[in-house]
Amino acid sequence: MRISVYVPLAVSAVLAVLAPRLAHRLPPRRAAWALACAALVTTAGWLGALALLAFTALARIPEIARQGAWSAAVLSAAEPVRLFVGVAGAAGLLAACTGLAVSCVRQVRAASRIRRECARLPGDGELVVLDDASPEAFALPGGLRAPGRIVVSRSMLSCLDGREREALLAHERAHLRGRHHLFQAVWRLSAAANPMLRPLAGSGCYVLERWADEDAADRVGDRSVVARAVARAALAASGTPRRSLAATGGAVPRRVRALLAPPPRQRRLPLPLLAGGLLLALCCGSLADATMDNEEILDAAMYAACAPPLGAPPPMTIPPGDQAGDQAGDQPVMSRWRRSAVARPKAGSLMCVSNSRTWTVLPRRPSRKALNSVPSTTGSW
Amino acid sequence: MGHRRAPGELESGVLATLWAADGPLTAAQVGERLPGDDLAYTTVLTILSRLFDKGMVMRQRAGRGYAYEPARDEAAHTAERMRDLLDGGPDRAAVLSRFVSELSAEDERLLHELLGDGR
Repeated sequence: MRISVYVPLAVSAVLAVLAPRLAHRLPPRRAAWALACAALVTTAGWLGALALLAFTALARIPEIARQGAWSAAVLSAAEPVRLFVGVAGAAGLLAACTGLAVSCVRQVRAASRIRRECARLPGDGELVVLDDASPEAFALPGGLRAPGRIVVSRSMLSCLDGREREALLAHERAHLRGRHHLFQAVWRLSAAANPMLRPLAGSGCYVLERWADEDAADRVGDRSVVARAVARAALAASGTPRRSLAATGGAVPRRVRALLAPPPRQRRLPLPLLAGGLLLALCCGSLADATMDNEEILDAAMYAACAPPLGAPPPMTIPPGDQAGDQAGDQPVMSRWRRSAVARPKAGSLMCVSNSRTWTVLPRRPSRKALNSVPSTTGSW
Repeated sequence: MGHRRAPGELESGVLATLWAADGPLTAAQVGERLPGDDLAYTTVLTILSRLFDKGMVMRQRAGRGYAYEPARDEAAHTAERMRDLLDGGPDRAAVLSRFVSELSAEDERLLHELLGDGR
């Protein structure tokens, strides 16, 4: 808990640095999937770690402790996370959730506007040509059933030759077929939840363009044709004033250079992929570890809360023969917490009897660490 | 080289060729300008008449056959709507995967250099 809860935060920082390199080392298709998985896992880890930190702060509030039937004093004493760190975690969680919600709403709105426009486009073919003097080419993704459309302006078509036009169409077709807008949505959402993942989203855009370029090269059968199409289109577009838009494509010269180079090799053991996988496993593992530690501390605080006050009769143990379910009528009052976990007391489980209530404590014993951390005033048992 | 094209892809190719041309084209001229030499004249003709039926191209008599050119009215109208769509900020931009992004002066110089090598 002391360290492991911070590991997901560290992993996202490392990924922010590694993602661009990963994107260049791997074949684009594989890189896109790797980046998407990394974004999903790291965002989940990030939110989980923030939630854990936030919990350590919130659980010390007496009202919440009373509701949860644990001792706030014991929890504060046993908790390795400082209060201000917990509060910062709560603030971070709030910010992440707000960012996520805002981005979600914006994206859904943008996607539905685009889908509406897509449905209104003239004709039923794949290509829609705009009678427009500024060179423009993009893909409009359709819905779940609708195939999506390719939109190209007249001036873009006239600045390319026949094979280059085919390359352009194949490129946009690859975006539609690969549903690249969904990858974009994942990266944008994760960047909204965790600003450290913004570089990852940036590399993602580049990787998707590379993926479509490679796909187009495959279809056209000549890499240099695609390279020329990309370069010419970019040069034509840069000559005319363009609308202000965040650049979505990658660096064009890099794409052209990659297309003029031999195709990316599929290595048998992709080391960057392996390293990324290990990093993500570390992220998940440490989060699980932190959660379990947190649970143990909470268990100890619950023991403390239900421990009898000084002078009360000592706790009793259910005799071994009295197995669960044998005598339903003799069952003590059921546990108020973890009803699902503790259906009925088992033989050997510890009973706490306080003045007004009878508590059944989980058959699972708390760890030594948790027990040691319970202050001695409540340790009459 | 390349793969067999689906009918929808061929239609896009024919339409793109008509738009890229300076004037009306006959079916034979469209066939010449389409990449790949495996296209039969009748295939191109079929696609052209299908596009004509949909109102995407116009035609006029040229000798024994027709010369085709794209229908521009609707395309101008669509261009306006798409201009609105493109001005919608980064969230829309992320959904519309554009073919090329903006270039810096350095990028332009590099591209000219690369084009020289690539040709």
